[in-house]
Amino acid sequence: MLALFITVPFFSILLFNLPFLSFIRRAVVAWAYVLFCSQILLVLRLFSPNFLADFASRTHFFNFNIALDNLSLIVMLSSAIVLFITLIVASYMIESEKKRFNFVNLLLLIQAGINGLVLSRDMFALYIFLEIVAITSYILIVFDKDIKALSAAFKYVILSTVASVLMVASIGLLLLLCGDTKFSSIHALIGGQQPNLIVMSAVALFICAAFIKAGVVPFHGWLPDVYSHSPAAVSVLLAGIISKALGIYTLMRVVNDVFGMNPKVNSALLFIGTVSIAIGALAALVQKDFKKMLSFSSISQIGYIILGLGSGTALGFAGAAFHIFNHAMFKSLLFVNSAAIEKMSRTTHMENLGGLSKTMPVTGFTSVVGFLSAAGIPPLAGFWSKLLIVLALILTGHTVYAVLAIALSALTLAYLLSMQRMVFFGKLNERFTGIREAGFGFCFSAGLLAAVIIIVGILYPLVLSKFILPLAGVIR
Amino acid sequence: MNLNIAILIILMVAALWTTMTRSLLRAAIGLAFMSLALTLIMFRLNSGLAAVFELSVCAGLIPVLFVSTISLTHPLTKQEVMQHMKDRIRRFWYLPLIIVIAGIALSFITVTLNIKLPPKEAEESVRAVLWNGRPLYLVGQIIVLLAGAFGVVILFKESEEK
Amino acid sequence: MEVVQIFWPFLLFVIMLFIIGIYCIAITFNLIRALLGAEILIKAITLLVIVAGFISGRTALAQAVVISLIVVEAVSITVAVGIVLGIHGHNNSLDTRKIADTDK
Repeated sequence: MLALFITVPFFSILLFNLPFLSFIRRAVVAWAYVLFCSQILLVLRLFSPNFLADFASRTHFFNFNIALDNLSLIVMLSSAIVLFITLIVASYMIESEKKRFNFVNLLLLIQAGINGLVLSRDMFALYIFLEIVAITSYILIVFDKDIKALSAAFKYVILSTVASVLMVASIGLLLLLCGDTKFSSIHALIGGQQPNLIVMSAVALFICAAFIKAGVVPFHGWLPDVYSHSPAAVSVLLAGIISKALGIYTLMRVVNDVFGMNPKVNSALLFIGTVSIAIGALAALVQKDFKKMLSFSSISQIGYIILGLGSGTALGFAGAAFHIFNHAMFKSLLFVNSAAIEKMSRTTHMENLGGLSKTMPVTGFTSVVGFLSAAGIPPLAGFWSKLLIVLALILTGHTVYAVLAIALSALTLAYLLSMQRMVFFGKLNERFTGIREAGFGFCFSAGLLAAVIIIVGILYPLVLSKFILPLAGVIR
Repeated sequence: MNLNIAILIILMVAALWTTMTRSLLRAAIGLAFMSLALTLIMFRLNSGLAAVFELSVCAGLIPVLFVSTISLTHPLTKQEVMQHMKDRIRRFWYLPLIIVIAGIALSFITVTLNIKLPPKEAEESVRAVLWNGRPLYLVGQIIVLLAGAFGVVILFKESEEK
Repeated sequence: MEVVQIFWPFLLFVIMLFIIGIYCIAITFNLIRALLGAEILIKAITLLVIVAGFISGRTALAQAVVISLIVVEAVSITVAVGIVLGIHGHNNSLDTRKIADTDK
């Protein structure tokens, strides 16, 4: 039954592209909405352990070697929500029917890819699905064939290829040592090795590869260009889920399931995470472009997730997974708002904007919710995940990192506040007196995401006990 | 064993040629030679099926792709080529040196990789591994090809309309 | 000890191919040559996987991995070539330095 998460999007793409069924092509948008919504509902239902066990135990035709746990479920939930939002935004941004058809097909490919990525329990299958998502996102970035997007995409292609190469090199070394690519058998055999050069380089290569894919600080060169130059709907998708699923999820899954938590790896993760938070936040402070600032903010938020993972405890792990979800929500909210502003004012330079909350009240209010959640202000959702991460750091004795994380969180508040002030508050620029809200779809998706952030924040005891703390069972 | 080393050296030389040569067309052909050498090594290491794939796709399809791209893009003038060559020599001259030094240095290191190999298993056929053991690879390959088809439609077909 | 004797020369060549590929990507100003550098890197890991399969006695698995790798490689190179042609269509050049100019 689990294979349905991969096969349903795949077969629907095939069906919609059959030459003699061209009359159903108009239904593709509606069908994609149905698929994304049903994934959201099904994943929410699957959080109950009994249902999950029942669902997973149904036999399937092939032995796919796939499994589902709470970490996978959280990524699948966030990806379905972000894809849903992206589809809404895209149907406003893309006018031509043919282009929209292609775009929706690519979104379905992304869905199949991310579901395969989170379900597979085999190193190389993980790699293949990662490449599916990466290749589809290259195509999405250059969807409008803007020259800046093309250049950014080329940079991304090269760096991502290098990352893939490092990842496969790691898989090759593990194949040499363990003779298998399944998580369970590698995990069983890698403990029997004495610590040697090959094991260490396999671990280091894999972690480097995941860092490049995630855009963590020493390897973040591609990220701001790609996020800020890609089409508006695509930046929502990229910032919201793709780089998290490709980089961070892979890192969490492999460090946890294959390599096992290890003090050396943890201290490296803590260091890189803190550097990433600091550099991302400092670079975001000086940006003049709305979308560029949000991309640097993304780098800084990725740092928190890595810090949570680096604490090496179940609490930190749960916090990291929770922060993936929260980041997907608030970052796609902020990118939806930037898309709305870009659509109406044709600029994303913050100096040209100002006073927009008078003319675009929904956009203004929801982006306040988004940035407060990003900065970790209670009672919004972002606060609770950061709290879990900081708590895990303190409990493991990494007080310095905890203090740094809190202090740099204030920096996040600073740059997002200055963004808010420059874009939404203050005097309205005369050029923009005539503009209104960008449309119902934008307001609806921004409102939906803001509602999710507020509800998760207020109902956090329920969320924590039902969704987040069961993650401790994932830890090996 | 010595034959393997000889083929590996050919592989290296082809890689260096691909990197260093002035003309992109020759570089693409160098890539084809790399794949050819790799195919030979695969045959010698009991990996016949993968070798066939390598030969058909990497030595055949991909160089053709590169060559057609190079012929579609605009060729340089003679002056630019000369300038380019000077630039290249300035930037690339130390590459063979680095490689040779690295190679010699590394070959003198006597590593003791105290690795424990996995227990021997009965050899399976590739077909059995792919179809019975890991059908997810096949599903993944099909989805990748589908993504590639969309890439071709979006990137190539619409750019012709321009 | 025997393992090392078989494996080490191959690993050495893989490392040297890696150096060549990274160097090619890092130093070149040409978009197509950057892709060729990426191809060299992919060749290096293909060799690594095949050798790993040979030494650990799992040639079937290694071949399954390599076949999938080749498919993925071909598709991603095709998409990358499409991107290069798109850039060429705008800039009428393959020089990465011109990309850096448009970026500002």
